[in-house]
Amino acid sequence: MQSELPLFPVRASSFAGSVDALFFYLLLVTVFFSALITISILYFFLKYRRKAPDEIGVAIHGSMALEAAWIGIPFLLAMVMFGWGASVYVNMRRPPRDALDIYVIAKQWMWKLQQPDGRREINELHIPVNRDIRLMMASEDVIHDFFVPAFRVKTDVVPGRYTMMWFRATRPGRYHFFCSQYCGTNHALMGGWVTVLEPAEYEAWLSGSTGETSPVAAGAKLFQGLACITCHSGLPGARGPSLTGVYGSVVHLEGGQTVTADDAYIRESILQPKAKIVAGYQPIMPTFQGLITEEQVLSLIAYIKSLQTTGAAGSATGAAPAPVPAAREKKGTP
Amino acid sequence: MHRTGELYGQFQNLDQQRETASLGMWVFLITEVMFFGGLFLTYTINRSLYPVAFAESSRELDVRLGAVNTAVLIVSSLTMALAVWASQTGKRKQLIAFLLATLALGSVFLAIKSVEYADKFHHHLIPGHNFHFPDSNITPVLARQEPNLNAHSQLFFSLYFGMTGLHALHMVVGVGLLLFLLRQALRGRYTPQYHSPVEICGLYWHFVDIVWIYLFPLLYLIDRHR
Amino acid sequence: MSTTPAAATLPREHYLNAQYGVRSWLLTTDHKRIALLYLASITLFFFLGGAFAVMIRIHLLTPQGYLVSPETYNKLFTMHGVIMIFFFLIPSIPAVLGNFLIPLMIGAKDLAFPRINLLSWYVYVAGASFTLYAVVMGGVDTGWTFYTPYSSLYSNSAVAPTVIGIFITGFSSILTGLNFIVTIHTMRAPGLSWFRLPLFVWTHYATSIIMVLGTPVVAITVLLAGLERLFHLGFFNPALGGDPILFQHLFWFYSHPAVYIMVLPAMGVVSELVPTFARKPLFGYHFVAAASLAIAVIGFLVWAHHLFVTGMSVYAAMAFSILSYLVAIPSAVKVFNWMGTLYKGSISYQTPMLYALGFIGLFVIGGMTGLFLASLGVDVHVHDTYFVIAHFHYIMVGGAVMGYLGGLHFWWPKISGRMYPEGLAKVSAIILFVGFNLTFFPQFILGYLGMPRRYHSYPPEFQVLNVLSTAGASILGIGYLLPMLYLMWSARYGKAAGRNPWPATGLEWQADSPPITENFEKTPVVTWEPYDFYHRPDLKLAPPPPEFRGLRPAEHAEHD
Repeated sequence: MQSELPLFPVRASSFAGSVDALFFYLLLVTVFFSALITISILYFFLKYRRKAPDEIGVAIHGSMALEAAWIGIPFLLAMVMFGWGASVYVNMRRPPRDALDIYVIAKQWMWKLQQPDGRREINELHIPVNRDIRLMMASEDVIHDFFVPAFRVKTDVVPGRYTMMWFRATRPGRYHFFCSQYCGTNHALMGGWVTVLEPAEYEAWLSGSTGETSPVAAGAKLFQGLACITCHSGLPGARGPSLTGVYGSVVHLEGGQTVTADDAYIRESILQPKAKIVAGYQPIMPTFQGLITEEQVLSLIAYIKSLQTTGAAGSATGAAPAPVPAAREKKGTP
Repeated sequence: MHRTGELYGQFQNLDQQRETASLGMWVFLITEVMFFGGLFLTYTINRSLYPVAFAESSRELDVRLGAVNTAVLIVSSLTMALAVWASQTGKRKQLIAFLLATLALGSVFLAIKSVEYADKFHHHLIPGHNFHFPDSNITPVLARQEPNLNAHSQLFFSLYFGMTGLHALHMVVGVGLLLFLLRQALRGRYTPQYHSPVEICGLYWHFVDIVWIYLFPLLYLIDRHR
Repeated sequence: MSTTPAAATLPREHYLNAQYGVRSWLLTTDHKRIALLYLASITLFFFLGGAFAVMIRIHLLTPQGYLVSPETYNKLFTMHGVIMIFFFLIPSIPAVLGNFLIPLMIGAKDLAFPRINLLSWYVYVAGASFTLYAVVMGGVDTGWTFYTPYSSLYSNSAVAPTVIGIFITGFSSILTGLNFIVTIHTMRAPGLSWFRLPLFVWTHYATSIIMVLGTPVVAITVLLAGLERLFHLGFFNPALGGDPILFQHLFWFYSHPAVYIMVLPAMGVVSELVPTFARKPLFGYHFVAAASLAIAVIGFLVWAHHLFVTGMSVYAAMAFSILSYLVAIPSAVKVFNWMGTLYKGSISYQTPMLYALGFIGLFVIGGMTGLFLASLGVDVHVHDTYFVIAHFHYIMVGGAVMGYLGGLHFWWPKISGRMYPEGLAKVSAIILFVGFNLTFFPQFILGYLGMPRRYHSYPPEFQVLNVLSTAGASILGIGYLLPMLYLMWSARYGKAAGRNPWPATGLEWQADSPPITENFEKTPVVTWEPYDFYHRPDLKLAPPPPEFRGLRPAEHAEHD
């Protein structure tokens, strides 16, 4: 399949075209100046070769016009590089809202990836073509980095916090992904394949799924098992705020600030409950730091996300939670 | 390189030598600022991350001893400045007296510091496996505000020992320098023409003093009365 | 070829034969002898680090890895990086050529603090011993960047001794920088105003600023990481509330400017070589001098461009990207001014000039590929791939090492009193240039294809390019061995060089070759502008060409 001497990576995501276009602009400028300098050196070599041992050069000390030119022109070219590069980057860093969420856990030296319906893979990722994919990534030990060359994207996976990346694959096929932040002995083996499927094939692949618990279902179980439900029962007078519809909404905090309940907020509320107290509630929730794994946190978040309007736990049958359509409704936040 | 009297061989004259010595010390102090700067930055970031744990931990420090030490150092800076003045004006006896006073005050500072360190040791506040934030000081409110008090308090004490330890190391070096100056002064080496060692050691001593002036409020005082 | 004003023999007395015996070397305060102590130590480390590089390249001949286990491979590239950066590149030009030349160039008898200079070498040796001890203990496998929490919690290798070694060696660098700053301020000869200083001195001044301001920060950072490892503290450990990214900020706050510690002195060397071998004043002297300082200052404001993919704030990323572009401008200014110097020169292509031109070509490629990395959109793709490896090897090997070798050849007659064999030297310069490009150019392609760095094995489609790179490395290796051998040979058997074999305009060429311990019989007085070939009858060059007539002689130029 692969050529013996590949010179350019395949383009298989919506970013690849824009990154490559910017790359070619940079390449053009580089080749132009390298050629200019090399040719000048060779030309001067022939033209101004020393002809007599005691010969000296012509006294030229400088030129303000030339200095201005070779400060100004590179500056302008560089500012184009900056502006163009920044616009590509901003796009990479702003994930679309209705993306398909894949949960990624990195540990020495493997990747655990989980589909929204709970199907798990190790060092393999199946995704549908032409669909926005968002990776929610956490590390269990050291810093890793998820890198798909064909998509031209990578992001570090840092212990103690979430990172996020997104892309849209545009070409079915199998593509390498790598860990590109050095993480120890088998860093080089910590990679795998992204398989981009046609939507129908993806559905077929999903339905071949072997009844693994979805994160929502696992989260629901944890929600019971960790007794979260006793306080966050959603009943009037409960000790903790109701979590129905909280995801994506604006939460009013003790002290008057507000915060949008995103993944990071929910994670923090589980691990460091005292950091942000919801207005009208006592800071009595214990921390779960160290008690639950990153994976379990992800499941809990997935579950809380699924609690949209009905107040019932998301179905535990393995179906994907309904994509949250702009869950910005301002519920009377507890 | 040969030395002619006080003039080292690489220099043309004493003026050049003096200027060089003092510039050298200033550049060295700039390096020192950057050196402590890395620690101050780490401290500031962690303080803003864990304000409760840091405030609680700073309450474990003995503010009276810290204040006494601050006073001791400020007075020692005064005696050091007077020693420099004495060396410039050729007052040998005063020079020796002021150097001795500075030396004594510096030693007092180090003695008080070691008392403080010993106290921390008895209370298991030395970072490491045996670190344990005193349970008696953990109120229920506090436990709710800062569930990871032990870990984050250890962070505070790591920085406390790192910063005051580095400062104390500088004090030890300073005391060594003072002993050297004292020996030379007793031999009558310093004259109004040649006294740059006293001057540059003075600069160093003031710098170490100033570092403490920042350390004291940062570690002992901020948020103490939260 | 230029004429070599032949002096049949060396001067009767000079710094090399002023005293004999091991003690006279180990206790010397002569900056020239200390420079040679440094030369010996960094050469040792260069070949040690080079040996690691050779093993790395052999290992990467096949996709599965050819030579060693993954653990060993990780130690190889870590030790290669640590040794080459902290124990070779950072001290290379400053501690050897700078130490030897700065007093000579400014007409001083020595550096301002000769004993501190000797101390800095001992500190270097102490730090180096710790690092060698770490090598003997089985090596360290964290990468030269020591990212936490891997280095502080997870690595099972000799992290602590390495980190202590780097911490100690940092002080050697600080002391050297301090000595240079003070020396350049206070020890200049009469008449040698700031704008009469050779560019070599200017770039060392800029380098010293970075050493003094940056090194303490990395020292405290690696110390914190080491303490964290030894005593289980939590500065950078997320499990204990620390922040692993804070380590990266502190580390790069020094380690990015450290790149300029490595390349600025090389730029200084090239700024000496180009005017000398083009026999023409440096084009835009003031701009080149100002560019050196600008690089040192702006270089401190770009560190976070190493963190674009850590999930940092988009706005911070933009700020660091634009600053990274700003620091590229002064480098471009220098290159253009060197080209301007060649224009209408009288160019001779002796070995140092070949190195200088090689430097310019490779530095242009290295610098301009840096623009790819400063560009946020492209950096996301090429970050932590072989593209980065290729980029910084073009800067550090193509730039700094080429500059170092060029300078070593140029001043070898001053250092040893004897000429190196010109023909052999030219051949090895060309071997180096070819070998270098063959080694590192394929890595740009590998990087854009997506091969991550620090991989002991790789997908099979990358093999051809890796084999090319390894082939280049074997040529490169020969290119490095040759100069070491013939320079050592020539120190004993070379033709006596005379005071000013090229001839060049700097003050150092007015001293004997090799100079006496005090450098000059009497303190020189400078009455000419830098790189002025036109008012220097002592150089025995042709009378000024017609374009030159009517200009004022330098004696009437302003004095300081």
